[in-house]
Amino acid sequence: MSDDTLFAEVLDPGNRADPYPIYARFRRNPVTRQRDGAYVVSTHAAIRSLIFDPRLSSQDLPPSRRPRTGNPLRDWILNPIKNRVANGHRPLIFRDPPDHDTLRGFVMKEFTIHRVNGLHQRVVSHVDKLIEACRGRDKVCLVEDLSYPLPVAIICELLGVPEKDEPQFHDWATRLATALEPDARRDEDTRRVTVTTFDAIAAYMRGLIREKRRHPADDMLSGLARRGTPDQPAMGDVDLISTAVLLLVAGHETTVNLITNGMLTLLRHPDELARLKADPERAPQLIEELLRFEPPVHFRTRKALGEIEIAGTTIPKGAPVILLFAAGNRDPERFTDPDRFDPDRDDVQHFGFGGGLHYCVGAPLARIEAEIALVRLCQRLRQPSLLADPPPYRPGASLRGPQNLGIRIAGIV
Amino acid sequence: MSEKPGIVIVGASLAGLRGAEALRRGGYDGPLTIVGDEPYGPYDRPPLSKHVLAGELRPEATTLPQLYPLRARWRLGHPAIGLDRPGKSIRLADGSVIPFAKLLIATGARARPWPGEGAGLGGIFTIRGRDDATALRQALTAPPKRVLVIGAGLIGCEAASCCRDLGLPVTMVDPNPTPLARVVGTLVGETLAGCMRRAGVDYRPGAKVLSLAGEGGRVRRAHLQDGGAIETDLVIIALGAVRDTAWLAEGGLMADSGGLTCDGTCRALGRDGEPDPDIYAAGDVARWPNPLYGWKPMTVEHWGNAVEQAAHAAGNMLRPEDPQIYTHLPAFWSSQFGINIKAVGLTDGADSVAIVQGSRAGLRFLAVYGRAGRSIAAVSFDQARWLPAYADRILAGAAFPPILDAIDQSRIETMAPGFPGPRPGPAAKLQPRESAHV
Amino acid sequence: MRVVVDLNRCQGYAQCCYAAPEAFELRGHEILFYDPAPPEEARPRIERARLACPVRAISVEPAALAGEDAP
Repeated sequence: MSDDTLFAEVLDPGNRADPYPIYARFRRNPVTRQRDGAYVVSTHAAIRSLIFDPRLSSQDLPPSRRPRTGNPLRDWILNPIKNRVANGHRPLIFRDPPDHDTLRGFVMKEFTIHRVNGLHQRVVSHVDKLIEACRGRDKVCLVEDLSYPLPVAIICELLGVPEKDEPQFHDWATRLATALEPDARRDEDTRRVTVTTFDAIAAYMRGLIREKRRHPADDMLSGLARRGTPDQPAMGDVDLISTAVLLLVAGHETTVNLITNGMLTLLRHPDELARLKADPERAPQLIEELLRFEPPVHFRTRKALGEIEIAGTTIPKGAPVILLFAAGNRDPERFTDPDRFDPDRDDVQHFGFGGGLHYCVGAPLARIEAEIALVRLCQRLRQPSLLADPPPYRPGASLRGPQNLGIRIAGIV
Repeated sequence: MSEKPGIVIVGASLAGLRGAEALRRGGYDGPLTIVGDEPYGPYDRPPLSKHVLAGELRPEATTLPQLYPLRARWRLGHPAIGLDRPGKSIRLADGSVIPFAKLLIATGARARPWPGEGAGLGGIFTIRGRDDATALRQALTAPPKRVLVIGAGLIGCEAASCCRDLGLPVTMVDPNPTPLARVVGTLVGETLAGCMRRAGVDYRPGAKVLSLAGEGGRVRRAHLQDGGAIETDLVIIALGAVRDTAWLAEGGLMADSGGLTCDGTCRALGRDGEPDPDIYAAGDVARWPNPLYGWKPMTVEHWGNAVEQAAHAAGNMLRPEDPQIYTHLPAFWSSQFGINIKAVGLTDGADSVAIVQGSRAGLRFLAVYGRAGRSIAAVSFDQARWLPAYADRILAGAAFPPILDAIDQSRIETMAPGFPGPRPGPAAKLQPRESAHV
Repeated sequence: MRVVVDLNRCQGYAQCCYAAPEAFELRGHEILFYDPAPPEEARPRIERARLACPVRAISVEPAALAGEDAP
């Protein structure tokens, strides 16, 4: 296959278990044009340069289009208005400054150090509870037993979303996460599903926000939903809903990969698993290496607002630009022996949380969750071993991670 | 000492320390001596004019980390005052003589003292060293009735900002129309002037202090050129820096108060213009031809240069057979009045400026400076995230303005940057640039 | 222990502030204030901060060097 259709191989679910050889092919050129006009950026240096480049816009999503209902009032008046509103109030990952900064500022004001670090004990007790629930079994299904429920419980607690409602938005979250994949954007049907899913979750959020305004609690949603004053402006209602949905979905669909990829990597490197078990202080550095080696998000798409000259290639104005973070993380020009998982590596400047102004808001929380989950799993699972390698993967090429991870165990400590 | 001479570093500050680390990291295993005029080991200067003055950091807390085993002999508390090139030794103020095989000069600079009348009065301070900051901090807690800051460069502005945070009345006098006029030009400087005034600084642009007068040996007022006077009991002199290089000039090197002249590979030049193969320089004291700016000889008094040039010089000291040219894009940061100011490149000679990101009205913006159609520098007010992209363009010698069709970019309007004319007086050419970080 | 941050590199990602809030503080949009001499007990958190920095701006004196090579 020639390089101008190579990105199709990245999207091909058949390559999900090991996309890294494809990334290596991409890296032969820092920037590779695809036949459809997209430009794939794959070297560490080129990605690093572009994440700081103000000519790359994140407002590149195709416009919302709600499906026909047959009701003329809906189809000709209400839905076009709704589409316009939705397009104008995308969540902050799809916004550029200055709007992005305003929205992110509101979020950061609630995502306080105190609140986030205060979750530490809760994460520990959730992890222990989830591991305890596996007692008596000889097999752990890591995604459903821990990697998924843990971040969900924590994001619900942080936002102030009742956990009993979780079954309701489980599917919504998965569908909205799918919408982040590039093939989903092109497909008209998937986009309609995205819009209707968003409408459903938005309706739920609207109700919840109303509730928070009536009975504010010490959670992020109550803080975000606070009515603005001239001195202390607050988010508008439409932005508030799209932000809340974003935080909920991000909390559902990313940390799960970090934890699962982490355990998978450790089970493939039993010596490292043993070292982490013996010395949990190794965790912070190990997790940075993990974020390099198996990042939870493999790429993000932006749009070139102007012509960009980079590494001998001219990206034309208007072209989609795919920042292949996971390829930059394995760049031999930047990292010695990049395909080796080496938690002793000190120089780990990775794109595991992206970079630049869209750097992952939840990074500090993800680090806490991954550290506690991996350390406790290593300490408490007796003789863990992989049931299948490679495991089956979720469909997403960008938010990439195992669908499930079967681990044989000899018991729980 | 019977030991054979090794490498001697003169200057025990940031450049000296990082140079020493680079030598060891690079495999140098011989004797290493570090000479410093202050009694302290290497410490970090940027916090002195900010957090130390504010009382948030103890002066001792600024001691710099050592990042690599140095196995060095420290000779602190006595400045080097003599250089014997043929004999390959230096002499310290205490009379001791230290032989060297190779020498790295990293003596930095010191604050320019008040040049006018009243220099001997009590209550007059400069900010350069740890002792300066300790003394000034103590004086600020007295508290003074009114602080007078003379000089609206980076250090003066940071000090004024700190004093306002402490709730002290502050007057700032500077001959230029805006603060930082020589660093960022008056167009950008005017924005900072606004912040200063909103913070309650009594800012007097276009004014000049002629003399300081006192009572009982302590400063009481400043007389201005326009005939006015300012009642003050604490004066901060922020008039840039000078370099103590007389001992180097006497020793036969090409040196003056503006710096020690080097070739492109950081080797010091003798008076005959020939590089000395065994004497190198780095940091504030080193004047070298920077290929990035047409090989113009320059000194760069910034933190980043001290770190990079010291490491670079150390590399060349270890591999003299393959000397590498030192190329450096100057950069600095300064926090004041709640704003993070960062810059890359040199604005010298800029003929145009454009606001390319954000807006001055919103107090978050990035300004790019051009000279003859090329982009030469960028200054950010709370917009540091874009600075690397602009630094890349400046390094590449991109046309001005360098980046079009960008997010958060209004219609680009090219304006005059408004740099003041050359400083008056015959010594103007020798005067160094205002220092950012002492 | 001794810490220094290259503030030319720092872009205010604030990851250090979460890792070691007692030693790192973000003021305004992007001014980083940090304690260059935190107590030795804080080392694990300071190490976390160093590792979490997306632009690798934080340098920490190795425990083995603390005091050993002092002037």
